[in-house]
Amino acid sequence: MNTPSNLKYAKSDEWFDPASGKVGITDFAQSQLSDIVFVEILVDEGEDVTAGKPIASVESVKASAEIYAPASGKVAKVNKGVVEKPELINSDPFGEAWMIQIDGGVAGDLMDSAAYEKDSASRAH
Amino acid sequence: MSTIIEPTIFELSSPGRRGVRMPASDVPLVDSLPQHLLRSELPLPEIAEVDVVRHYVKLSKLNYSVDEGFYPLGSCTMKYNPKINEDTCRYPGFLFTHPLQPIETVQGNLALMFELQEWLKEISGFAGVTLQPAAGAHGEYTGVLMMAAYHKLRGDTKRTKMLIPDAAHGTNPASVGMMGMQVVTIPSDSRGNVDLTELEKYCDDTVVGMMLTNPNTLGMFDENIEKVIEMVHKCGGLMYGDGANLNALLGIVRPGDLGFDVMHFNLHKTFSVPHGGGGPGCGPVGVSKTLLDFLPSPLVGIIEESEDDETAPFYGFVTPEHSIGRMKAFHGHFGGGMVRAYTYIAMHGPDGLKAISQYAVLNANYLQAKVRGHYKIPFDRICMHEFVAEGRFEGSDVRALDVSKRLMDYGFHPPTNYFPLIVPEALMIEPTETENKDTLDKFADALIKIAEEAKNQPELLHNAPSTTKFGRMDEVKAARELVLCCWLPENYEAMV
Repeated sequence: MNTPSNLKYAKSDEWFDPASGKVGITDFAQSQLSDIVFVEILVDEGEDVTAGKPIASVESVKASAEIYAPASGKVAKVNKGVVEKPELINSDPFGEAWMIQIDGGVAGDLMDSAAYEKDSASRAH
Repeated sequence: MSTIIEPTIFELSSPGRRGVRMPASDVPLVDSLPQHLLRSELPLPEIAEVDVVRHYVKLSKLNYSVDEGFYPLGSCTMKYNPKINEDTCRYPGFLFTHPLQPIETVQGNLALMFELQEWLKEISGFAGVTLQPAAGAHGEYTGVLMMAAYHKLRGDTKRTKMLIPDAAHGTNPASVGMMGMQVVTIPSDSRGNVDLTELEKYCDDTVVGMMLTNPNTLGMFDENIEKVIEMVHKCGGLMYGDGANLNALLGIVRPGDLGFDVMHFNLHKTFSVPHGGGGPGCGPVGVSKTLLDFLPSPLVGIIEESEDDETAPFYGFVTPEHSIGRMKAFHGHFGGGMVRAYTYIAMHGPDGLKAISQYAVLNANYLQAKVRGHYKIPFDRICMHEFVAEGRFEGSDVRALDVSKRLMDYGFHPPTNYFPLIVPEALMIEPTETENKDTLDKFADALIKIAEEAKNQPELLHNAPSTTKFGRMDEVKAARELVLCCWLPENYEAMV
């Protein structure tokens, strides 16, 4: 399971890049959900988001999941590419499949990569 | 493998063919219809009657149904559709009445509705019942509306949160979301009960109430149910019961006696109304005394008591004092739902209904006991009407979906997959009361055989089903590349 060390992680399986402000879901999350077939981003550019509140909804052939903001701040950009190609979440969860970019985002209660690896391993199916 | 073996009915169409010839109109034509509602073309297939019949018979042979074999889908409960129901709901007195007829002319229909209300009250231990809601989720919404109306009337406006266990059906949070309330998820403990420590944290004066399915989707009866209800009541909340699994309790436990304030029934799950595309469903709601005045209107009531034993009372409609109003045009699903459910309850009586629940629970426990040791059962205790196993095996890449597909090769409909969400690779198995021991044994044998195959010949599971007309369907492609077709009216642009 890939867990880049430059990112911060939420218990609910989102990642946050403090450098760029980008947000997405983790490799562990996509592997649990299996093939992603639908993504809806619930916030618009310019909107304020609060850490812990829903920002997107993702559906796989197995289940649907709410995606929560790992950080608070103003949405600078929404990635329309991932809405058009939900499979990007499976192939490149930390790259092309970012969902939103938060301007000057203030991280919520997040873990570093080592702590997240431990936490997700304990929940692994 | 995946060749089209029967064209669509539209592809079979050929101009000029006729199945039915319409008689010439014998009433005057009018030209006063609004122009924007008229269309010049009606793209219906043109095809002879015999070809229509053959087309649909061929398609039906590709299908698997309850009339063909065992159907252990969990969370769907009853799959039994007694044939006698089809007679009773077609009685002319039921079939040819109109909801706007004067009540003097439909006393029989009203009597049936009144008695069904009374029976459901007796079965559930509630003080009042509405028959209006169209199906289960509509019943939930009705119940949540009443809960909100109750708090509002008391001026208690800061209650905005609904507590819902993580094992709940997805419709519970959806109904609450429609009300604009906030959902708070309460985790389950290691025995599949509501986690009381977690519940304690959230029980405060912002709570509208709690929605609980009991037995829950794990097939577990909550061992602390009275404590849970007491905690919710103590903080001023109301207790909503999702009656989806009521078929495990008939004649044994009454939700009203346990302290629930409101509960929807699924007549299509517990009382033999067809469901799962065979609907329509029917989702009556029962309430305790607390919510009696908030029931939707109209309810069927007795307007004039009978004078003696020889005459019937006069039935009509009544409106509770603080009614939330109408939930549906007219009176709910009368013929399709209420008449069938009435028939079923009347045919079985109190002892019969109790036996139905006992057999539903016995059959589920029998199956659970047979597959235990071959499949991991995460919440392993006496279950109610269903149980959940894990479709994954140590050292094998086989998943629940593979087990399900392989079951089709053994001639069974798969159980529910990947629900409830709190069990990894969930296989949710519900045999129901109708199945005999031979069927249960054959199904258990197939499951046990598949567990062995998963370890020794996993490719058999990955490639399953191999005995059906079509092999493994590409579920990802089907979900990602939606092809929907329909015809829009010619002047659609002008209409929107």
